[in-house]
Amino acid sequence: MAIKQLSVFVENKQGKLVDTVRTISEAGINIRAMSIADTKDFGILRLIVSDTDKACGLLSDMSIVTKTDVIAVKMDDKAGALCNILTVLSDAGINVEYMYAFTASAEFGAYVVVRVDDVAGAEKVLADKGLATLSVEDIAKI
Amino acid sequence: MANYFQPEIETASREEILRIQNEKIVKQVKHVYENVAYYRNLMDEKGVKPEDIKSVDDIKKLPFLTKSDLRDAYPYGLLGTDLKNCVRIQSTSGTTGKRVVAFYTQADIDLWEECCARAIVAVGGTNEDVCQVCYGYGLFTGGPGLNGGSHKVGCLTLPMSSGNTDRQIQFMMDLGATILCCTPSYAAYIGESLAEKGYKPEDNKLKAGIFGAEPWTEEMRRSIEKSLGIKAYDIYGLTETSGPGVSSEPGEQTPAHANEDHVYPEIIDPDTGEVLPEGEKGELVFTSLDKEAFPLLRYRTRDICVLTRKKCSCGRTHVKMSKPMGRSDDMLIIRGVNVFPSQIETVLLNEGYSPNYQIVVDRVKNNDTLDIYVELTPEQFSDKVAEIQAKEKALEGAMRTMLGIGPKVHLAAPKTIVRSEGKAVRVIDNRKLHD
Repeated sequence: MAIKQLSVFVENKQGKLVDTVRTISEAGINIRAMSIADTKDFGILRLIVSDTDKACGLLSDMSIVTKTDVIAVKMDDKAGALCNILTVLSDAGINVEYMYAFTASAEFGAYVVVRVDDVAGAEKVLADKGLATLSVEDIAKI
Repeated sequence: MANYFQPEIETASREEILRIQNEKIVKQVKHVYENVAYYRNLMDEKGVKPEDIKSVDDIKKLPFLTKSDLRDAYPYGLLGTDLKNCVRIQSTSGTTGKRVVAFYTQADIDLWEECCARAIVAVGGTNEDVCQVCYGYGLFTGGPGLNGGSHKVGCLTLPMSSGNTDRQIQFMMDLGATILCCTPSYAAYIGESLAEKGYKPEDNKLKAGIFGAEPWTEEMRRSIEKSLGIKAYDIYGLTETSGPGVSSEPGEQTPAHANEDHVYPEIIDPDTGEVLPEGEKGELVFTSLDKEAFPLLRYRTRDICVLTRKKCSCGRTHVKMSKPMGRSDDMLIIRGVNVFPSQIETVLLNEGYSPNYQIVVDRVKNNDTLDIYVELTPEQFSDKVAEIQAKEKALEGAMRTMLGIGPKVHLAAPKTIVRSEGKAVRVIDNRKLHD
């Protein structure tokens, strides 16, 4: 199932990124996964955090933040795991807009976070193929 | 007879110039009152009748025209003759996006081109010269004006228009251009490009350059002269008074002579509108003395400068005008193009952006740069980089359409552009434009 990712607009200027991260850090919010898309002028910081609503509220005061539905799919620690996930999506005609990976504790393993053009379709096809995804509740726990 | 295109008038006695001006102004005010309803209303409101204007001394009784009058009267409100008598328009940007459209009869064009011809002859131009005009051609008056002046002198004219520097250099070298007409910043850029290609200043045949449409300093003049191996001269003008050639510097590089047989200049206090005595610094106001199609009376240029009728070593008797020392409004001249912050604000609002913005103008390698910082709104935000970049591009396109020059747009986070108490700092101009 889909989880919420925060997408934050960060100007590409010295100090902007650290200010953004410090805001959630000081509130005791843990970053589970992140990636940043950068351009010459700005970046989009994508975060999956332990308390999405709280982080969203704090970051809204300093920049533009949106909640985006993404899917975190569990990857086995073996060759071909990512390829398998992408093949499932591709065969179903679903486009990946961007993706990034993270590892949680040994118990939870590794995940790839995908932003797709058809979230419901992706959820269904991944479930049909028996691929595990993280839930909102899992994010609070991992 | 050296370096005069029309010696009788260019060196006429002050009495003769005054006689011509007095004769023309009486006719011109009558022409405007009878044909331009917009200005007739302004005169009626002020209680001035054409009969009240008997000489140029009476011009101060007439109402002013401003850029906003030109906007309100757009497009035909200030037309002084039937459209069937007009043969051309030229255009420049207006304050909020509505452009200023100036109309010309053939006689208007002839007078304008004669003024440009005076400028070319004054710097030593003859029918043996090759005159390379790399001002923009089209709606901008720079190209058409100097092109026409060059024809009148009988120069071989290279109608290059602006841009494509490699081609400019190729024609300059292959055809042996002797006079260069463009903006000073473009002249400097050509100079640099020549050096980059390994040419020395003495490798070209240029002897003089007629540069205008934007402010420039003495320091820039010397640097252009050095890089091109020429003498550089200033030319001044504005679309509202035909275009370039309102005034230009003589061969001696002393301050520009305004063509007083066609335009009557005044210097006013920009706050009170009072006419200031000769030699004082203030806002330049022009009254066209003989234009038919677009006969503006007392048009406020917003350029700050000084007029003097002191004797000039070049033998010309017409009033001398300092280079503009600034503006009494917020207009910027960027790459020779007039830009008003209000135009940028109009585009932002049209495109759904916040009107909180900052404009940064700079000059990098003699080329003006325009950066516009704009706050992104939550509605426009996307978590996909490509979508935000597409919005940036779209905004740049809309700006280019409105301004006529391409800015670089930078999207900023909301509430990050400095909001000052009272007057917002909308414009940061890092260029050194005036001495």
